[in-house]
Amino acid sequence: MSALQITSRGHAALETAGAWLLALIWILPLAYALWAAIHPSAYSAHFVLDAPLTLENFARAWNAAPFARYFLNTFLLVTMILAAQLVLCTLAAYAFARFTFAGRDIAFILVLLQLMIMPDVLIVENYRTMSAFGIVDTIPAIGLPYMASAFGIFLLRQTFKSLPRELDEAARVEGAGPLTVLLKVYVPLAKPVYIAYGLVSVSYHWNNFLWPLIVTNSVNTRPLTVGLQIFASTDQGIDWSVITAATLMTSAPLLFAFLLFQRQFVQSFMRAGIR
Amino acid sequence: MMHGAEPAAAMSAAAAPPRPRLSTQFHGWLLLLPAAVLLVTFTHYPTVATIIDSFFSTPKGRRAAVFVGADNYQAMLGDPVFWRALANNIVYAASVIPLTIALALAMAIWVNGKIAGRPFLRLSFFTPTVLPMIAVANIWQFFYAPGYGLLDQLLGVFGTPAHNWLGDQSTALVCLIAVAVWKDAGFFMIFYLAALQQLSPQLAEAASIEGAGRWYCFRRVTFPLLMPTTLFVLINAIINSFRLIDHIVVMTQGGPDNTTALLLFYIYEVGFKFWDTAYAATLTVVLLVFLAMVALGQFLILDRRIHYQ
Repeated sequence: MSALQITSRGHAALETAGAWLLALIWILPLAYALWAAIHPSAYSAHFVLDAPLTLENFARAWNAAPFARYFLNTFLLVTMILAAQLVLCTLAAYAFARFTFAGRDIAFILVLLQLMIMPDVLIVENYRTMSAFGIVDTIPAIGLPYMASAFGIFLLRQTFKSLPRELDEAARVEGAGPLTVLLKVYVPLAKPVYIAYGLVSVSYHWNNFLWPLIVTNSVNTRPLTVGLQIFASTDQGIDWSVITAATLMTSAPLLFAFLLFQRQFVQSFMRAGIR
Repeated sequence: MMHGAEPAAAMSAAAAPPRPRLSTQFHGWLLLLPAAVLLVTFTHYPTVATIIDSFFSTPKGRRAAVFVGADNYQAMLGDPVFWRALANNIVYAASVIPLTIALALAMAIWVNGKIAGRPFLRLSFFTPTVLPMIAVANIWQFFYAPGYGLLDQLLGVFGTPAHNWLGDQSTALVCLIAVAVWKDAGFFMIFYLAALQQLSPQLAEAASIEGAGRWYCFRRVTFPLLMPTTLFVLINAIINSFRLIDHIVVMTQGGPDNTTALLLFYIYEVGFKFWDTAYAATLTVVLLVFLAMVALGQFLILDRRIHYQ
């Protein structure tokens, strides 16, 4: 019995060690980025404790490319997408959750199709559509394919359906129209889901790359991710210190938000995943 | 939105008493309309257009596209790069998906238990999820840099010679697989964590009273109960392995010699570097067939649990 306990304790220690090793590997890229960004270039691949600290890499990166403009573009992009998603998905989810209309079930399946066939794979045809509309290289062109989000519609529909109908009926008896009921009853009660969806949406579109890369070609429209890629691949050669400084800069807002609201972030992603 | 809906509300007040059902129908469609227009324009129409375009030639200058039958498909079957990309994508998916799921599950079990340093572990596992792929790919590129990169510096301690990890045909794809696993494992951990927290602790207790070891308990109790989560994660992992190519654009550009070209990357190259849109559409059809198979599989096998009604 005691031998068994000893081996099981040995197992536990081994497991803890494994977990820690994995965690260290997982944090390593970020740790390295931080190291290279705050030390002079000479130390970017040379790890000694007495390396001098500097913020010069950030200044050099900031001045080498129009990052201020890229930040503004990304900010406009994620705000525009989220605002449109919240309105469109709320209305559609309300329709699916509380209205019976001809073709509803087929319409719902057609919506869910987008969970599988995401705009990310329809780049060729969507580019053609944007050209036909004459809006290639504009910020709305980056956002449009994502605004009617099947994921958002699905998530909100599930939430609305789980709310008791009595609340709805009580409001209607008092003479409230469908839209008033939606705004006064459903939306406030679904607030945690909206927050969850908002966090997921912002981090997705802050990080999105391929479609923005395809549909933009000027400084005034490029989001951070595309700007960073152009900066890292053309302007800098292989000055890792400046590249990592730029990398940290572009991820910083999301990273700080994550560190500050870690619990909410994790819970939001959980909530978004549970159906 | 408000302008459109207000007359509708007024109408319902007028029309509601005699024919409530018709107004409900009307409201339903009206609420759905804005989202439906965008979905049709940017998901359904392009899906259909992709299939149609794959039977036409690429329009060049003043020459419009002409119907070419299955010519594009024939060209595709004879295109070694297509087969290469397809094979790469299958190897990539078959490695990334099981590795990511296994690690995500292990992470979730650790973080859910009473392990030392739990907050740090959770933070560390989840952080890759919030970082842009494009940014972390730049950092990983340094890890793989020949000679002075972190990997070579570490291996150098054991006397291993410098190696061009991303430039060598035999290691490039493996490097990208590592990045993909690293990026997504923490994300999927969250879903397992959520599921684990909903499991009753009595189950594990009962199993341990019965004398079941941890591994036995995991295999016979926990893992089967987590099956719905595993299927959900599996579907998302499959989609991601066909959808996400940011790291390839940054790290290898599909090289060396197309050993890291995945299907979507090849579509991107054909469509936006060679501007052969008809052929890009043909390749996209293959990708759509894969995704349709995933959708069908999900629909047929596992969606008894998720209640659409």
